[in-house]
Amino acid sequence: MLDTLLPILIAAALALAVIGAGRRVRLWRQGRPARVPLLKGLAAMPRRYLVDLHHVVGRDKVMSNTHVATAGGFVAAAALMILVHGLGLAEGVLGWLLLAASATMFVGSCFVARRRRNPPSRLSKGPWMRLPKSLMAFSLSVFAVTLPAVGLLPEDFGGWVVALVLSAVLVWGLGEMFFGMTWGGPMKHAFAGALHLAFHRRAERFGEGNRSTGLKALDLDDPEAPLGVETPSDFTWNQLLGFDACVQCGRCEAMCPAFAAGQPLNPKKLIQDMVVGMAGGSDAAYAGSPYPGQPVGEHQGSAHGPIVAREGKALVDAETLWSCTTCRACVEECPMMIEHVDAIVDMRRFLTLEHGNTPNKGAEVLDNLIATDNPGGFDPGARMHWAADLELPLMADLQQVDVLLWLGDGAYDMRNQRTLRSLVKVLRAADVDFAVLGNEERDSGDVARRLGDEATFQSLAKRNIATLAKYRFQRIVTCDPHSFHVLGNEYGELGGHYEVRHHSTYIAELYEAGRLHFKPWKGGGVTYHDPCYLGRYNGEYEAPRNVLKALGIEVAEMERSGFRSRCCGGGGGAPITDIPGERRIPDMRMKDVGETGAELVAVGCPQCTAMLEGVVDATAEVRDIAELVANALTEAPEASAGAAQQSSNRPQAVEVA
Amino acid sequence: MRPESHHNGSLAVTVLVSVGRHPLTGRGRRADQDARAVELARSLTSAEVELLHAGRLDEGSEAALRGYLGMGFDSLSLLEQPVGADVLPAVAESLEAAGPQLVIAGERAEQGEGSGLLPYLLAERLGWPLVSGLAAVEDVTEGVATLLQALPRGQRRRLQVRLPAIVTVDAAAPAPRQSAYGPARRGRLEVQAAAVMDDADLAQWQAQPARKRPKRLKIVKAASARDRFKAAAAKAEGGGGQVLTDVAPEEGAAAIFKLLKEEGVLR
Repeated sequence: MLDTLLPILIAAALALAVIGAGRRVRLWRQGRPARVPLLKGLAAMPRRYLVDLHHVVGRDKVMSNTHVATAGGFVAAAALMILVHGLGLAEGVLGWLLLAASATMFVGSCFVARRRRNPPSRLSKGPWMRLPKSLMAFSLSVFAVTLPAVGLLPEDFGGWVVALVLSAVLVWGLGEMFFGMTWGGPMKHAFAGALHLAFHRRAERFGEGNRSTGLKALDLDDPEAPLGVETPSDFTWNQLLGFDACVQCGRCEAMCPAFAAGQPLNPKKLIQDMVVGMAGGSDAAYAGSPYPGQPVGEHQGSAHGPIVAREGKALVDAETLWSCTTCRACVEECPMMIEHVDAIVDMRRFLTLEHGNTPNKGAEVLDNLIATDNPGGFDPGARMHWAADLELPLMADLQQVDVLLWLGDGAYDMRNQRTLRSLVKVLRAADVDFAVLGNEERDSGDVARRLGDEATFQSLAKRNIATLAKYRFQRIVTCDPHSFHVLGNEYGELGGHYEVRHHSTYIAELYEAGRLHFKPWKGGGVTYHDPCYLGRYNGEYEAPRNVLKALGIEVAEMERSGFRSRCCGGGGGAPITDIPGERRIPDMRMKDVGETGAELVAVGCPQCTAMLEGVVDATAEVRDIAELVANALTEAPEASAGAAQQSSNRPQAVEVA
Repeated sequence: MRPESHHNGSLAVTVLVSVGRHPLTGRGRRADQDARAVELARSLTSAEVELLHAGRLDEGSEAALRGYLGMGFDSLSLLEQPVGADVLPAVAESLEAAGPQLVIAGERAEQGEGSGLLPYLLAERLGWPLVSGLAAVEDVTEGVATLLQALPRGQRRRLQVRLPAIVTVDAAAPAPRQSAYGPARRGRLEVQAAAVMDDADLAQWQAQPARKRPKRLKIVKAASARDRFKAAAAKAEGGGGQVLTDVAPEEGAAAIFKLLKEEGVLR
């Protein structure tokens, strides 16, 4: 009986899956067109999945191995099942391979089941709780129906009762694995995820150490081009596909500083809301952690309806979008390579450019940027007042230098002026040929862009690019990672290509070249806070640590450091839009600092300095790396004792065995 | 929010907008007070709001005028006037033709003469009442508007005025909403031909850069924080003022003349 039933069941499941796939594809194609090399993407997909993705997935060893067994077992079992039971090719080794594959899958599904026993809060429940049972149903029933096929059991074993029960279990398994894959069950992630990897919007992210973090420019010359994203269908189709790939593992939620602070943002929920919007309906079926303070079930939307309503509620509240600090922790952590920050800024663009609804100080800051080229609304002619006594060389006088020192808007901030003065002292100590733009410099446009005001960003960027084009320099050095990111990664699309260095990188190079000499460190314990825009955005984790090491400082690392560093709360215009939460992000970060017992936290970003120094009753002082270096500067050792002294204050490799 | 039932049909409102000038950089922008005037008009339910500008259309002024469109308007009427023209006749004729119930303007322009006289001259010419320093339009019923006028130290005075009327706003009016790029870019600047009259007086005047005016020293003898706050928050206010009511025009003029002499304005 099973011999006739199995091919029918398999064929039916496959047919339903194909119909579902067609419907799913239609949902994605509601999005705007995007140019993606389709065949090349499909060809690259296995490598992207097996190699490039592995280092992200592999951060959770147990789940990574579980997934290898379950998914690998399933793919093999499904393919072999079609051959063995669908086409009746049970002879030879195929049947045995199918037994092995389904057994592997069963072992994997046992681990999935164990994970679901006391699931961490970041995991979504709901339909996901039945997934391990479905996986077991599929693997066990496939295993069982294959036993007679390889001759381990007689053909008519157990009679029709057993056959009927087995068929029922198999129908359940097939339903979840094939039907559910394309009709919206938990297994949807396999179908959408595979295609998402193939047609990813930032294909350049794949590959060892590659990153692609610059926001994509809006076309402002075309009056018909939409300004950001109003409805789910305003996303490009491959962005919609990306949202659909979400497995709701909640790693983003666990890393999100806004979520931890109790602000109404949960990156996982946001992506799920986009899926809800794409298909149309309410978020009532969502089974994970909600946006803090907002019960599930009050929001709904449709593919062509607004995401954020001008009044009342739609799919998402504006506060959710403005809570994001664009720290990229979610993107860094996502095992599906979903681009949360791109989506959030796309939606912010619409709110700012079309609604004119940037919250709190947003509108004022943008007006200042338009009128005075700096967010504080200060006199552009006062940009260099902090350096009145330093006689800084100007690009306008020199025309050509080695290093162009980009000051950033911190030039107006009294705290950051101390950092800038220190940096100038360091550059002078190393005899660097440098100059500044002086009053010709403008805001880089970072804040405007992250607040969604692409028009002001491009206006600032184009004028900065025109200014920079007047002069000749080898590289730009800046102590502001936000300027660093924008100049280095976002001006290129507008025609400005520069070699940009963060000051920590440049100081490390100067030290390596023997142009700086430091007194030994006499202070207490030090920890280092990775700025998001230096670390996750630009991959610079080592240079600041090397500089601290050169100063003789042993860094006591925080639990969340490096690529998992927790944001200070100062990015993405978050201090300007200032969405209330239960806690403050910088307070949480300062608590992280306190847990290391460090008396001082070294930073490399004016935003981080401002945010962390704003913490009341902090246990640690905040110092920029430039300040630490400037304080440790000492004269070059005497020529006679040079070699000996140099070896004494520089760490050297020592043979150990 | 006012009850909507008070309005009979829609209220035709015209806002006079000018090209502003940023105090630090001198860049063109929405004039702050005019933007507040637009905001005030926008907050009126069932009002049909028109924007009217008299002046030259060039690159600098276009960006500034589009700033007003970005507050949510499809179009702005522009009476083309050369530099140095007296815009009063053009604006007055346009208002007479359009016949709005309420005209809202900022107290004074941010560049040019900036004398703040235009609303008064318009009111005189049209024969309409004028109310200055408005904080809110509370209600419009059967051709009578209930207005809230801002006075120093946060005081408010409720006034009723028969429409049509001209009202002006200063910094006490609600802050203007953000100007959005999309509507600003899409909005139309509808250029209308208008009579041009040269400002003969202006041509004779000599212009020179303004000198900083000396500030009267405010000596605060404050016993408490409250007094200090009151002193700091107060608008400039002469203590020894004099209210003249029901006097002959000559008497009033004489009193003003005497005061100007005392203050050293006239010598």
